[in-house]
Amino acid sequence: MERTIDCRGMACPLPVVNAKKASEELQAGDILTVLVDNEVAVQNLQRFASHKGYVSTGEKKSETEYTVVMTITGAGTAAPEEAIACHQDTRRKGMLVVLSANTMGNGDPKLGTALMKAFVFALTKQDQLPDTILCYNSGAYLTCEGSESLEDLQLLESEGVTILTCGTCLDFYGLREKVAVGGVTNMYEIVERMEAASQIIRP
Amino acid sequence: METQVKLTKLATCAGCGAKMGAGTLTKMLEGFKTHSDPRLIVGYDKSDDASVYVLSEDQALIQTTDFFPPIVDDPYLYGKIAATNALSDVYAMGGEPKLALNILCAAESMEDKTIREILRGGYDAAYEAGAIITGGHTIKGTEPFYGLAVSGFVHPDKVLTNSGARPGDVLLLTKPLGVGILTTAAKAGMAEGAVMDRIYRQMATLNKTARDIMVQYPVHSCTDVTGFGLLGHSYEMAQGSGCTLHIQADQVPYHPEALEFADMGLVPDGAYRNRDYAQPGVRVCREIPLALEDIFYDPQTSGGLLIALPAEAAEACLAELQKQIPQAARIGYVTELQDAAIKLE
Repeated sequence: MERTIDCRGMACPLPVVNAKKASEELQAGDILTVLVDNEVAVQNLQRFASHKGYVSTGEKKSETEYTVVMTITGAGTAAPEEAIACHQDTRRKGMLVVLSANTMGNGDPKLGTALMKAFVFALTKQDQLPDTILCYNSGAYLTCEGSESLEDLQLLESEGVTILTCGTCLDFYGLREKVAVGGVTNMYEIVERMEAASQIIRP
Repeated sequence: METQVKLTKLATCAGCGAKMGAGTLTKMLEGFKTHSDPRLIVGYDKSDDASVYVLSEDQALIQTTDFFPPIVDDPYLYGKIAATNALSDVYAMGGEPKLALNILCAAESMEDKTIREILRGGYDAAYEAGAIITGGHTIKGTEPFYGLAVSGFVHPDKVLTNSGARPGDVLLLTKPLGVGILTTAAKAGMAEGAVMDRIYRQMATLNKTARDIMVQYPVHSCTDVTGFGLLGHSYEMAQGSGCTLHIQADQVPYHPEALEFADMGLVPDGAYRNRDYAQPGVRVCREIPLALEDIFYDPQTSGGLLIALPAEAAEACLAELQKQIPQAARIGYVTELQDAAIKLE
């Protein structure tokens, strides 16, 4: 099957978005032609094609008319994505850390605070980092301005660890605009992430 | 957090990606009549971040302006990022911002509370910077934009231009790259919320901390990495300084997600313009994936500082920076002029 989509007049990144959508509806061996009106779109579409492992050719018909033709291949033939080894991924898939309080263990709160700080620090030193860290209830304080674990959490985030804090908890403690690391999440995502985890660690 | 108007839908370009190409701009400014004044120690002939005018023996005035269309749908965050970006040029000159004016174009479709939130973001950034917004100018238009005109001060002997790098210097960068590619991916609906929260927070972080630490060391040259991308701004620094900048590709910090998106073709127009501008001066000395090169040319909104300082001082400065900015990194070094202005190694 051959399909042509007209992306002339569309600003970046829409031509790629549309080509992606169209390519997902096509089968291996099908040909997708994308019409665009600028050189940048041609180059982005060719990047997209090589990312997917499709063979593509770009042609300039006039100053405002270019075509990119790509031959769709099966999903299995996509170029391997691990080709770039500049950043080694040290995260362990499926490992989830839950910080449900700003203290660790039951007892003197002063000790609990110190323990939690030490726990997060120790986490940064592990060979394998967690995939995700979820913070809820008073654990929300850990990701906000003034937290003693902030630098450690920022370091973990820069290593690719997803850090999420419960939005309801932030609102409850009046911390919504104080979040200094990671994203804000809701109970559905908390449940989904816990369900999907292969390992949950709770200090 | 939720907003009615999809602010970014009102913009055709994202953030500093909207910036006119450096090459085009230089041509456009050719041949105009201007007064010469010895007290204007940095003017637009230098392609620097801001102009600097000496007022007295111990005080020089820094002036700069920057504005761009919405880069994020949350109006408060957009205002904060735009103002943070505008204030950055003063920090890049080694100065401290003191006064600012709002520059705002509001679209007809924007509600008053949206406009108020944009301005609130701007005021919060200025407050954090220790600057006062004293007024401004607002118009209505089809495509909104916001930013500031900023005045700051610096001691005339402590001005940091983008043309002072010297052989033997080490290059430091204080914020990871990839912001332009990631905002393009967000526009395409492909970047995750948590990733974008991290990016927006980075863009709303002032370069004040980096500046305050940097000025305690014998820095030779500084610029902020914004619309022209790492290589565009490095090219300006190399040309202005008459040196070669060696960028060590595997040392440059970037957001890992940007690599995947660049590979998929979510590369903003600005990155191509920056490539056209700087590529003639860049020699690639090792195999670098195209997507990583895209990241080096990627236009940054409210990017970090690129600092050149002697190797002897660099280690201590970097250690001090990393205490407060863990992503700060050493990304290369400077030598006498070689066969190219920039060598990617």
